[in-house]
Amino acid sequence: MLKITDLNVFYGPIHALKGVSLEVNNGEIVTLIGSNGAGKSTTLNAITGIVKVASGKVELDGQDITNAASHKIVQHGISLSPEGREVFPGLTVEENLRMGAYTRQNKQEIAQNFERVYDLFPRLKERVSQPAGTLSGGEQQMLAIGRSLMSSPKYLLLDEPSMGLAPNLVQMIFSLIEEINKQGMTILLIEQNANMALSVASRAYVLETGRVSLSGDAAQLAQDERVKKAYLGA
Amino acid sequence: MSAFVGSVINGIALGMAYALIAVGYSLVFGILRLINFAHGSIYAFGAYMVFLFVTLKLGFLPAIIVSVILSGLLAFLMDKVTLEPLRKKGSDTIAYLITTVGVSFVITNVLSLEAVFGSQRRLFPSTNLFGSIRIGNLTIQSSQIIMFVAALILMLIMTYVVNKTKMGLSMRAVEQNGRAARLVGVNVNRVISFTFFLGGASAAIAGALINGYYQSISPTMGTTIGLKAFAAAVVGGIGVLHGSVVGGLVVGVGECIAAQYLGSNVRDPMAFVILIIILIIKPNGLFGKKGITKV
Repeated sequence: MLKITDLNVFYGPIHALKGVSLEVNNGEIVTLIGSNGAGKSTTLNAITGIVKVASGKVELDGQDITNAASHKIVQHGISLSPEGREVFPGLTVEENLRMGAYTRQNKQEIAQNFERVYDLFPRLKERVSQPAGTLSGGEQQMLAIGRSLMSSPKYLLLDEPSMGLAPNLVQMIFSLIEEINKQGMTILLIEQNANMALSVASRAYVLETGRVSLSGDAAQLAQDERVKKAYLGA
Repeated sequence: MSAFVGSVINGIALGMAYALIAVGYSLVFGILRLINFAHGSIYAFGAYMVFLFVTLKLGFLPAIIVSVILSGLLAFLMDKVTLEPLRKKGSDTIAYLITTVGVSFVITNVLSLEAVFGSQRRLFPSTNLFGSIRIGNLTIQSSQIIMFVAALILMLIMTYVVNKTKMGLSMRAVEQNGRAARLVGVNVNRVISFTFFLGGASAAIAGALINGYYQSISPTMGTTIGLKAFAAAVVGGIGVLHGSVVGGLVVGVGECIAAQYLGSNVRDPMAFVILIIILIIKPNGLFGKKGITKV
Protein backbone atom coordinates (compact mmCIF):
# COMPACT_ATOMS: atom_id res chain seq x y z
CA MET A 1 0.00 0.00 0.00
CA LEU A 2 1.15 3.50 -0.87
CA LYS A 3 0.07 5.79 1.93
CA ILE A 4 0.44 9.55 2.15
CA THR A 5 -0.33 11.27 5.42
CA ASP A 6 -0.81 14.98 6.00
CA LEU A 7 1.63 16.09 3.30
CA ASN A 8 2.73 19.72 3.22
CA VAL A 9 4.82 21.18 0.42
CA PHE A 10 5.95 24.76 -0.12
CA TYR A 11 7.29 26.50 -3.22
CA GLY A 12 9.00 29.41 -1.50
CA PRO A 13 6.17 31.31 0.18
CA ILE A 14 3.46 29.37 -1.70
CA HIS A 15 1.79 26.63 0.30
CA ALA A 16 1.19 24.13 -2.52
CA LEU A 17 0.00 21.08 -0.57
CA LYS A 18 -1.93 21.70 2.64
CA GLY A 19 -2.11 18.42 4.47
CA VAL A 20 -2.92 15.98 1.67
CA SER A 21 -3.62 12.40 2.71
CA LEU A 22 -4.39 9.52 0.40
CA GLU A 23 -4.03 5.78 0.05
CA VAL A 24 -3.52 3.48 -2.89
CA ASN A 25 -4.21 -0.17 -2.13
CA ASN A 26 -2.62 -3.02 -4.03
CA GLY A 27 -4.34 -3.79 -7.33
CA GLU A 28 -6.31 -0.54 -7.45
CA ILE A 29 -6.46 2.28 -9.92
CA VAL A 30 -6.80 5.42 -7.86
CA THR A 31 -7.18 8.74 -9.55
CA LEU A 32 -6.39 12.21 -8.39
CA ILE A 33 -8.40 14.83 -10.22
CA GLY A 34 -8.58 18.57 -9.95
CA SER A 35 -8.05 21.70 -11.96
CA ASN A 36 -4.77 23.23 -13.01
CA GLY A 37 -2.67 24.27 -10.03
CA ALA A 38 -4.67 22.23 -7.53
CA GLY A 39 -1.52 20.32 -6.54
CA LYS A 40 -1.87 17.08 -8.49
CA SER A 41 1.60 17.05 -10.01
CA THR A 42 3.07 18.42 -6.79
CA THR A 43 1.68 15.37 -4.99
CA LEU A 44 3.42 13.05 -7.44
CA ASN A 45 6.61 15.09 -7.29
CA ALA A 46 6.54 14.89 -3.51
CA ILE A 47 6.16 11.10 -3.62
CA THR A 48 9.05 10.76 -6.08
CA GLY A 49 11.38 13.13 -4.25
CA ILE A 50 11.45 15.78 -6.96
CA VAL A 51 10.11 18.40 -4.54
CA LYS A 52 10.92 18.50 -0.86
CA VAL A 53 8.25 17.54 1.67
CA ALA A 54 8.05 20.06 4.52
CA SER A 55 5.99 17.82 6.78
CA GLY A 56 3.93 14.67 6.54
CA LYS A 57 4.77 11.13 5.55
CA VAL A 58 5.06 9.00 2.44
CA GLU A 59 4.95 5.30 3.25
CA LEU A 60 5.31 2.34 0.97
CA ASP A 61 4.22 -1.03 2.36
CA GLY A 62 4.92 0.35 5.83
CA GLN A 63 8.36 1.72 4.95
CA ASP A 64 8.90 5.46 5.37
CA ILE A 65 10.22 6.87 2.07
CA THR A 66 9.53 10.56 2.75
CA ASN A 67 12.05 12.76 0.96
CA ALA A 68 14.02 9.83 -0.48
CA ALA A 69 16.30 10.91 -3.35
CA SER A 70 14.37 10.64 -6.60
CA HIS A 71 16.89 8.27 -8.19
CA LYS A 72 16.24 5.84 -5.32
CA ILE A 73 12.45 5.87 -5.52
CA VAL A 74 12.44 3.52 -8.48
CA GLN A 75 14.35 0.96 -6.44
CA HIS A 76 11.47 0.99 -3.95
CA GLY A 77 9.19 -0.18 -6.74
CA ILE A 78 7.59 3.14 -7.71
CA SER A 79 7.80 4.28 -11.30
CA LEU A 80 6.61 7.63 -12.61
CA SER A 81 5.56 8.40 -16.13
CA PRO A 82 5.95 12.17 -15.94
CA GLU A 83 3.74 14.95 -17.21
CA GLY A 84 4.75 16.00 -20.70
CA ARG A 85 6.21 12.52 -21.30
CA GLU A 86 9.86 13.57 -20.93
CA VAL A 87 11.29 10.89 -23.18
CA PHE A 88 14.98 11.15 -24.12
CA PRO A 89 14.53 12.72 -27.56
CA GLY A 90 17.92 11.81 -29.03
CA LEU A 91 17.91 8.21 -27.81
CA THR A 92 16.19 5.52 -29.82
CA VAL A 93 12.98 3.88 -28.64
CA GLU A 94 14.98 0.86 -27.54
CA GLU A 95 17.54 2.98 -25.68
CA ASN A 96 14.73 4.85 -23.93
CA LEU A 97 13.27 1.55 -22.75
CA ARG A 98 16.71 0.31 -21.75
CA MET A 99 17.08 3.43 -19.60
CA GLY A 100 13.77 2.52 -17.97
CA ALA A 101 15.40 -0.73 -16.85
CA TYR A 102 18.42 1.16 -15.52
CA THR A 103 18.13 -0.25 -12.00
CA ARG A 104 17.53 -3.83 -13.17
CA GLN A 105 20.48 -6.21 -13.35
CA ASN A 106 18.79 -9.45 -14.38
CA LYS A 107 19.09 -9.81 -18.16
CA GLN A 108 16.21 -12.27 -18.39
CA GLU A 109 13.92 -9.95 -16.46
CA ILE A 110 14.86 -7.03 -18.74
CA ALA A 111 14.15 -9.14 -21.81
CA GLN A 112 10.75 -10.10 -20.39
CA ASN A 113 9.95 -6.46 -19.70
CA PHE A 114 10.88 -5.54 -23.26
CA GLU A 115 8.54 -8.22 -24.51
CA ARG A 116 5.73 -7.08 -22.25
CA VAL A 117 6.08 -3.45 -23.36
CA TYR A 118 6.17 -4.43 -27.03
CA ASP A 119 3.08 -6.60 -26.49
CA LEU A 120 1.22 -3.67 -24.96
CA PHE A 121 2.48 -1.18 -27.53
CA PRO A 122 3.17 -2.90 -30.86
CA ARG A 123 3.72 0.55 -32.39
CA LEU A 124 6.89 0.91 -30.32
CA LYS A 125 8.23 -2.35 -31.65
CA GLU A 126 7.93 -1.03 -35.20
CA ARG A 127 9.99 1.96 -34.19
CA VAL A 128 12.75 0.43 -32.03
CA SER A 129 15.65 2.18 -33.69
CA GLN A 130 13.94 5.52 -34.29
CA PRO A 131 14.95 8.51 -32.10
CA ALA A 132 12.19 9.19 -29.58
CA GLY A 133 12.08 12.86 -30.59
CA THR A 134 10.73 11.88 -34.00
CA LEU A 135 7.72 9.97 -32.62
CA SER A 136 4.20 11.39 -32.61
CA GLY A 137 2.72 12.64 -29.35
CA GLY A 138 0.72 9.47 -28.83
CA GLU A 139 3.73 7.26 -29.50
CA GLN A 140 5.83 9.31 -27.09
CA GLN A 141 3.16 8.79 -24.44
CA MET A 142 3.28 5.05 -25.08
CA LEU A 143 7.05 5.20 -24.79
CA ALA A 144 6.87 7.13 -21.51
CA ILE A 145 4.50 4.55 -20.03
CA GLY A 146 6.54 1.71 -21.52
CA ARG A 147 9.73 3.14 -20.07
CA SER A 148 8.16 3.34 -16.62
CA LEU A 149 7.14 -0.33 -16.86
CA MET A 150 10.70 -1.44 -17.62
CA SER A 151 11.80 -1.24 -13.98
CA SER A 152 9.25 -3.94 -12.95
CA PRO A 153 7.47 -1.51 -10.62
CA LYS A 154 4.81 -2.42 -8.07
CA TYR A 155 3.31 1.06 -8.27
CA LEU A 156 2.86 3.01 -11.45
CA LEU A 157 2.29 6.76 -11.20
CA LEU A 158 0.87 8.32 -14.34
CA ASP A 159 0.91 12.09 -14.64
CA GLU A 160 -1.57 13.42 -17.23
CA PRO A 161 -1.21 10.61 -19.77
CA SER A 162 -3.96 12.11 -21.93
CA MET A 163 -2.39 15.53 -22.21
CA GLY A 164 -2.28 16.90 -25.73
CA LEU A 165 -3.61 13.73 -27.37
CA ALA A 166 -6.43 13.37 -29.90
CA PRO A 167 -9.64 11.85 -28.44
CA ASN A 168 -9.21 8.45 -30.12
CA LEU A 169 -5.67 8.19 -28.72
CA VAL A 170 -6.91 9.18 -25.26
CA GLN A 171 -9.41 6.35 -25.52
CA MET A 172 -6.64 3.96 -26.50
CA ILE A 173 -4.23 5.05 -23.75
CA PHE A 174 -6.94 4.61 -21.12
CA SER A 175 -7.85 1.12 -22.27
CA LEU A 176 -4.15 0.25 -22.08
CA ILE A 177 -4.03 1.64 -18.55
CA GLU A 178 -6.89 -0.69 -17.65
CA GLU A 179 -5.04 -3.53 -19.34
CA ILE A 180 -1.85 -2.85 -17.35
CA ASN A 181 -3.93 -2.77 -14.17
CA LYS A 182 -5.53 -6.10 -15.02
CA GLN A 183 -2.03 -7.59 -15.26
CA GLY A 184 -1.71 -6.76 -11.55
CA MET A 185 -0.25 -3.26 -11.50
CA THR A 186 -1.30 -0.76 -8.83
CA ILE A 187 -1.83 2.63 -10.45
CA LEU A 188 -2.11 6.19 -9.21
CA LEU A 189 -3.46 8.26 -12.07
CA ILE A 190 -3.37 12.03 -12.22
CA GLU A 191 -5.73 13.53 -14.74
CA GLN A 192 -7.39 16.70 -15.87
CA ASN A 193 -9.66 14.58 -18.01
CA ALA A 194 -11.86 13.67 -15.02
CA ASN A 195 -14.44 11.87 -17.13
CA MET A 196 -11.99 9.29 -18.42
CA ALA A 197 -10.12 9.03 -15.15
CA LEU A 198 -13.27 8.32 -13.13
CA SER A 199 -14.38 5.72 -15.64
CA VAL A 200 -11.26 3.55 -15.20
CA ALA A 201 -10.52 4.17 -11.50
CA SER A 202 -11.97 2.33 -8.54
CA ARG A 203 -11.49 5.21 -6.15
CA ALA A 204 -10.83 8.92 -6.57
CA TYR A 205 -9.61 11.97 -4.71
CA VAL A 206 -10.52 15.49 -5.72
CA LEU A 207 -7.84 18.11 -5.05
CA GLU A 208 -8.70 21.77 -4.68
CA THR A 209 -6.05 24.41 -4.00
CA GLY A 210 -3.77 21.96 -2.24
CA ARG A 211 -6.43 20.14 -0.21
CA VAL A 212 -8.42 16.97 -0.72
CA SER A 213 -11.97 18.30 -0.98
CA LEU A 214 -13.74 15.03 -1.83
CA SER A 215 -12.85 11.38 -1.96
CA GLY A 216 -14.51 8.03 -2.40
CA ASP A 217 -15.75 5.50 -4.91
CA ALA A 218 -15.01 6.69 -8.45
CA ALA A 219 -18.40 5.74 -9.87
CA GLN A 220 -20.18 7.55 -7.05
CA LEU A 221 -18.01 10.65 -7.41
CA ALA A 222 -18.83 10.73 -11.11
CA GLN A 223 -22.49 11.18 -10.07
CA ASP A 224 -21.72 13.80 -7.42
CA GLU A 225 -23.27 17.16 -8.33
CA ARG A 226 -20.23 19.15 -7.18
CA VAL A 227 -17.84 17.01 -9.22
CA LYS A 228 -20.14 17.11 -12.25
CA LYS A 229 -20.34 20.86 -12.09
CA ALA A 230 -16.66 21.56 -11.51
CA TYR A 231 -14.89 18.87 -13.52
CA LEU A 232 -17.23 16.99 -15.81
CA GLY A 233 -18.65 20.00 -17.57
CA ALA A 234 -22.24 19.04 -16.74
CA MET B 1 55.36 20.62 -51.67
CA SER B 2 57.00 18.41 -49.07
CA ALA B 3 56.89 21.34 -46.64
CA PHE B 4 53.14 21.50 -47.16
CA VAL B 5 52.68 17.75 -46.75
CA GLY B 6 54.91 17.87 -43.69
CA SER B 7 52.82 20.52 -42.01
CA VAL B 8 49.62 18.65 -42.85
CA ILE B 9 51.01 15.47 -41.28
CA ASN B 10 52.20 17.43 -38.28
CA GLY B 11 48.78 19.04 -38.04
CA ILE B 12 46.94 15.74 -38.19
CA ALA B 13 49.05 14.29 -35.37
CA LEU B 14 48.65 17.40 -33.19
CA GLY B 15 44.98 17.72 -34.11
CA MET B 16 44.21 14.20 -32.93
CA ALA B 17 45.77 15.04 -29.58
CA TYR B 18 43.78 18.30 -29.45
CA ALA B 19 40.70 16.15 -29.98
CA LEU B 20 41.56 14.25 -26.80
CA ILE B 21 41.45 17.53 -24.88
CA ALA B 22 38.46 18.87 -26.80
CA VAL B 23 36.42 15.81 -25.92
CA GLY B 24 36.75 16.74 -22.23
CA TYR B 25 35.16 20.14 -22.89
CA SER B 26 32.54 18.53 -25.05
CA LEU B 27 31.44 15.81 -22.63
CA VAL B 28 31.19 18.18 -19.67
CA PHE B 29 29.38 20.74 -21.78
CA GLY B 30 26.96 18.07 -22.99
CA ILE B 31 25.95 17.12 -19.49
CA LEU B 32 26.19 20.36 -17.54
CA ARG B 33 25.99 23.00 -20.29
CA LEU B 34 29.14 24.30 -18.66
CA ILE B 35 32.48 25.30 -20.12
CA ASN B 36 35.09 23.90 -17.79
CA PHE B 37 37.81 26.54 -17.92
CA ALA B 38 39.95 24.47 -15.55
CA HIS B 39 40.35 21.77 -18.20
CA GLY B 40 43.55 23.27 -19.65
CA SER B 41 45.17 23.40 -16.23
CA ILE B 42 44.32 19.73 -15.71
CA TYR B 43 46.08 19.00 -18.99
CA ALA B 44 49.17 20.80 -17.58
CA PHE B 45 48.81 18.93 -14.29
CA GLY B 46 48.73 15.65 -16.21
CA ALA B 47 51.94 16.51 -18.08
CA TYR B 48 53.65 17.49 -14.83
CA MET B 49 52.63 14.24 -13.17
CA VAL B 50 54.20 12.29 -16.03
CA PHE B 51 57.32 14.46 -15.66
CA LEU B 52 57.36 13.85 -11.89
CA PHE B 53 57.04 10.09 -12.03
CA VAL B 54 59.52 9.73 -14.88
CA THR B 55 61.95 11.80 -12.79
CA LEU B 56 61.26 9.42 -9.90
CA LYS B 57 62.39 6.60 -12.27
CA LEU B 58 58.99 4.97 -12.55
CA GLY B 59 59.36 4.41 -16.29
CA PHE B 60 57.45 6.26 -18.99
CA LEU B 61 54.38 4.06 -19.43
CA PRO B 62 53.73 3.51 -15.69
CA ALA B 63 54.21 7.26 -15.20
CA ILE B 64 51.49 7.94 -17.78
CA ILE B 65 49.13 5.47 -16.12
CA VAL B 66 49.64 7.05 -12.68
CA SER B 67 49.22 10.51 -14.19
CA VAL B 68 46.01 9.51 -15.96
CA ILE B 69 44.51 8.27 -12.70
CA LEU B 70 45.65 11.32 -10.71
CA SER B 71 44.41 13.77 -13.35
CA GLY B 72 41.08 12.00 -13.57
CA LEU B 73 40.83 12.18 -9.79
CA LEU B 74 41.74 15.87 -9.80
CA ALA B 75 38.97 16.64 -12.29
CA PHE B 76 36.57 14.48 -10.28
CA LEU B 77 37.53 16.23 -7.02
CA MET B 78 37.22 19.65 -8.57
CA ASP B 79 33.61 18.84 -9.45
CA LYS B 80 32.84 17.28 -6.06
CA VAL B 81 34.40 20.06 -4.00
CA THR B 82 33.58 23.18 -6.02
CA LEU B 83 30.75 22.45 -8.46
CA GLU B 84 28.49 19.90 -6.79
CA PRO B 85 27.72 22.27 -3.87
CA LEU B 86 26.67 24.88 -6.45
CA ARG B 87 24.37 22.36 -8.12
CA LYS B 88 22.77 21.57 -4.78
CA LYS B 89 22.03 25.25 -4.28
CA GLY B 90 20.80 25.66 -7.84
CA SER B 91 23.31 28.42 -8.55
CA ASP B 92 23.47 30.49 -11.72
CA THR B 93 25.60 29.35 -14.65
CA ILE B 94 27.88 32.33 -14.12
CA ALA B 95 28.83 30.98 -10.68
CA TYR B 96 30.01 27.68 -12.19
CA LEU B 97 31.91 29.46 -14.92
CA ILE B 98 33.91 31.72 -12.64
CA THR B 99 34.52 28.81 -10.27
CA THR B 100 36.21 26.81 -13.04
CA VAL B 101 38.31 29.87 -13.93
CA GLY B 102 39.30 30.11 -10.27
CA VAL B 103 40.21 26.42 -10.04
CA SER B 104 42.33 26.85 -13.18
CA PHE B 105 44.31 29.65 -11.50
CA VAL B 106 44.79 27.64 -8.34
CA ILE B 107 46.11 24.57 -10.19
CA THR B 108 48.42 26.60 -12.45
CA ASN B 109 49.82 28.59 -9.55
CA VAL B 110 50.35 25.57 -7.33
CA LEU B 111 52.31 23.96 -10.18
CA SER B 112 54.48 27.08 -10.53
CA LEU B 113 55.34 27.35 -6.82
CA GLU B 114 59.10 27.14 -6.26
CA ALA B 115 58.49 24.35 -3.77
CA VAL B 116 56.49 22.38 -6.34
CA PHE B 117 57.81 22.55 -9.92
CA GLY B 118 58.75 26.22 -10.30
CA SER B 119 57.65 28.55 -13.07
CA GLN B 120 60.54 27.90 -15.48
CA ARG B 121 60.29 25.62 -18.51
CA ARG B 122 61.32 22.02 -17.93
CA LEU B 123 62.62 19.34 -20.23
CA PHE B 124 59.95 16.70 -20.84
CA PRO B 125 60.91 13.11 -21.73
CA SER B 126 60.72 12.53 -25.48
CA THR B 127 58.23 10.12 -27.01
CA ASN B 128 60.46 9.89 -30.08
CA LEU B 129 60.93 6.24 -29.19
CA PHE B 130 62.02 4.74 -32.49
CA GLY B 131 63.66 7.57 -34.37
CA SER B 132 62.05 8.90 -37.52
CA ILE B 133 60.87 7.73 -40.91
CA ARG B 134 62.08 9.37 -44.11
CA ILE B 135 59.96 9.34 -47.25
CA GLY B 136 61.76 11.28 -49.98
CA ASN B 137 62.74 14.50 -48.26
CA LEU B 138 59.86 14.23 -45.80
CA THR B 139 60.66 13.30 -42.20
CA ILE B 140 58.03 11.91 -39.84
CA GLN B 141 59.09 11.52 -36.24
CA SER B 142 57.97 8.53 -34.27
CA SER B 143 56.62 10.87 -31.58
CA GLN B 144 54.17 12.17 -34.19
CA ILE B 145 53.13 8.66 -35.17
CA ILE B 146 52.71 7.66 -31.53
CA MET B 147 50.70 10.82 -30.85
CA PHE B 148 48.37 10.12 -33.74
CA VAL B 149 47.91 6.40 -33.17
CA ALA B 150 47.49 6.62 -29.39
CA ALA B 151 45.04 9.52 -29.63
CA LEU B 152 43.07 7.76 -32.36
CA ILE B 153 42.79 4.56 -30.32
CA LEU B 154 41.69 6.52 -27.26
CA MET B 155 39.07 8.41 -29.25
CA LEU B 156 37.73 5.09 -30.54
CA ILE B 157 37.57 3.73 -26.99
CA MET B 158 35.83 6.91 -25.85
CA THR B 159 33.29 6.62 -28.67
CA TYR B 160 32.66 3.02 -27.68
CA VAL B 161 32.15 3.97 -24.03
CA VAL B 162 29.69 6.74 -24.88
CA ASN B 163 27.72 4.82 -27.50
CA LYS B 164 27.80 1.20 -26.36
CA THR B 165 28.09 0.97 -22.58
CA LYS B 166 25.47 1.43 -19.90
CA MET B 167 27.46 4.33 -18.41
CA GLY B 168 27.61 5.96 -21.84
CA LEU B 169 23.89 5.48 -22.32
CA SER B 170 23.17 7.13 -18.99
CA MET B 171 25.56 9.96 -19.89
CA ARG B 172 23.54 10.60 -23.03
CA ALA B 173 20.28 10.31 -21.11
CA VAL B 174 21.42 12.82 -18.47
CA GLU B 175 22.54 15.12 -21.27
CA GLN B 176 19.08 15.07 -22.81
CA ASN B 177 16.88 15.12 -19.75
CA GLY B 178 18.43 15.05 -16.30
CA ARG B 179 15.07 14.95 -14.53
CA ALA B 180 13.85 11.94 -16.47
CA ALA B 181 17.20 10.21 -15.95
CA ARG B 182 16.82 10.67 -12.20
CA LEU B 183 13.31 9.23 -12.36
CA VAL B 184 14.49 6.00 -13.95
CA GLY B 185 17.06 5.65 -11.18
CA VAL B 186 20.22 7.29 -12.50
CA ASN B 187 22.40 8.87 -9.85
CA VAL B 188 23.11 11.99 -11.86
CA ASN B 189 25.98 13.15 -9.65
CA ARG B 190 27.75 9.85 -10.23
CA VAL B 191 27.41 10.24 -14.00
CA ILE B 192 28.79 13.78 -13.75
CA SER B 193 31.71 12.52 -11.64
CA PHE B 194 32.49 9.86 -14.22
CA THR B 195 32.38 12.45 -16.99
CA PHE B 196 34.86 14.71 -15.21
CA PHE B 197 37.14 11.74 -14.53
CA LEU B 198 37.06 10.70 -18.18
CA GLY B 199 37.80 14.26 -19.33
CA GLY B 200 40.70 14.67 -16.87
CA ALA B 201 42.18 11.30 -17.76
CA SER B 202 42.11 11.95 -21.50
CA ALA B 203 43.62 15.43 -21.00
CA ALA B 204 46.52 13.80 -19.12
CA ILE B 205 47.17 11.42 -22.00
CA ALA B 206 47.11 14.36 -24.40
CA GLY B 207 49.60 16.03 -22.05
CA ALA B 208 51.99 13.13 -22.33
CA LEU B 209 51.62 12.85 -26.12
CA ILE B 210 51.87 16.52 -27.05
CA ASN B 211 54.72 17.33 -24.68
CA GLY B 212 56.55 14.14 -25.52
CA TYR B 213 56.66 15.63 -29.01
CA TYR B 214 57.66 19.20 -28.00
CA GLN B 215 59.80 17.92 -25.08
CA SER B 216 59.17 20.97 -22.98
CA ILE B 217 56.62 21.91 -20.35
CA SER B 218 55.66 24.97 -18.32
CA PRO B 219 52.93 25.44 -15.70
CA THR B 220 51.02 27.99 -17.77
CA MET B 221 51.00 25.96 -21.00
CA GLY B 222 47.48 24.68 -20.27
CA THR B 223 45.93 28.09 -20.89
CA THR B 224 46.82 28.38 -24.58
CA ILE B 225 46.37 24.74 -25.43
CA GLY B 226 43.15 24.57 -23.41
CA LEU B 227 41.70 27.51 -25.34
CA LYS B 228 42.79 25.98 -28.63
CA ALA B 229 41.16 22.66 -27.77
CA PHE B 230 38.05 24.53 -26.66
CA ALA B 231 38.04 26.27 -30.04
CA ALA B 232 38.36 22.83 -31.65
CA ALA B 233 35.38 21.54 -29.67
CA VAL B 234 33.28 24.52 -30.78
CA VAL B 235 34.48 24.25 -34.40
CA GLY B 236 33.30 20.63 -34.50
CA GLY B 237 30.10 21.37 -32.60
CA ILE B 238 30.35 21.22 -28.83
CA GLY B 239 28.59 18.28 -27.23
CA VAL B 240 29.23 16.08 -30.28
CA LEU B 241 31.96 13.50 -29.91
CA HIS B 242 33.07 13.11 -33.53
CA GLY B 243 32.83 16.90 -33.80
CA SER B 244 35.76 17.10 -31.39
CA VAL B 245 37.86 14.89 -33.67
CA VAL B 246 37.10 16.87 -36.80
CA GLY B 247 37.45 20.17 -34.93
CA GLY B 248 40.79 19.05 -33.50
CA LEU B 249 42.06 18.06 -36.94
CA VAL B 250 40.89 21.31 -38.56
CA VAL B 251 42.56 23.40 -35.87
CA GLY B 252 45.72 21.26 -35.85
CA VAL B 253 46.22 21.27 -39.62
CA GLY B 254 45.25 24.94 -39.86
CA GLU B 255 47.77 26.07 -37.29
CA CYS B 256 50.61 23.98 -38.74
CA ILE B 257 50.05 25.33 -42.25
CA ALA B 258 49.84 28.86 -40.86
CA ALA B 259 53.06 28.38 -38.90
CA GLN B 260 54.79 27.00 -42.00
CA TYR B 261 53.85 29.84 -44.35
CA LEU B 262 53.06 32.82 -42.13
CA GLY B 263 55.51 32.30 -39.30
CA SER B 264 55.23 30.66 -35.91
CA ASN B 265 53.65 33.74 -34.32
CA VAL B 266 50.54 33.00 -36.32
CA ARG B 267 50.27 29.46 -34.95
CA ASP B 268 48.22 30.11 -31.78
CA PRO B 269 45.84 32.78 -33.12
CA MET B 270 45.07 30.56 -36.14
CA ALA B 271 42.78 28.31 -34.09
CA PHE B 272 40.60 31.33 -33.37
CA VAL B 273 40.68 32.68 -36.90
CA ILE B 274 39.36 29.27 -38.00
CA LEU B 275 36.81 29.31 -35.19
CA ILE B 276 35.45 32.72 -36.17
CA ILE B 277 35.22 31.84 -39.86
CA ILE B 278 33.44 28.55 -39.18
CA LEU B 279 31.01 30.08 -36.70
CA ILE B 280 30.03 32.73 -39.22
CA ILE B 281 29.26 30.02 -41.77
CA LYS B 282 27.85 27.43 -39.33
CA PRO B 283 26.81 29.01 -36.02
CA ASN B 284 26.54 25.64 -34.25
CA GLY B 285 29.89 24.35 -35.49
CA LEU B 286 30.43 21.73 -38.18
CA PHE B 287 28.36 18.96 -36.56
CA GLY B 288 26.59 21.01 -33.91
CA LYS B 289 23.04 20.31 -32.87
CA LYS B 290 20.57 23.12 -32.95
CA GLY B 291 18.83 24.11 -29.79
CA ILE B 292 21.76 23.99 -27.37
CA THR B 293 21.51 27.44 -25.93
CA LYS B 294 22.68 27.82 -22.34
CA VAL B 295 26.39 28.50 -21.90
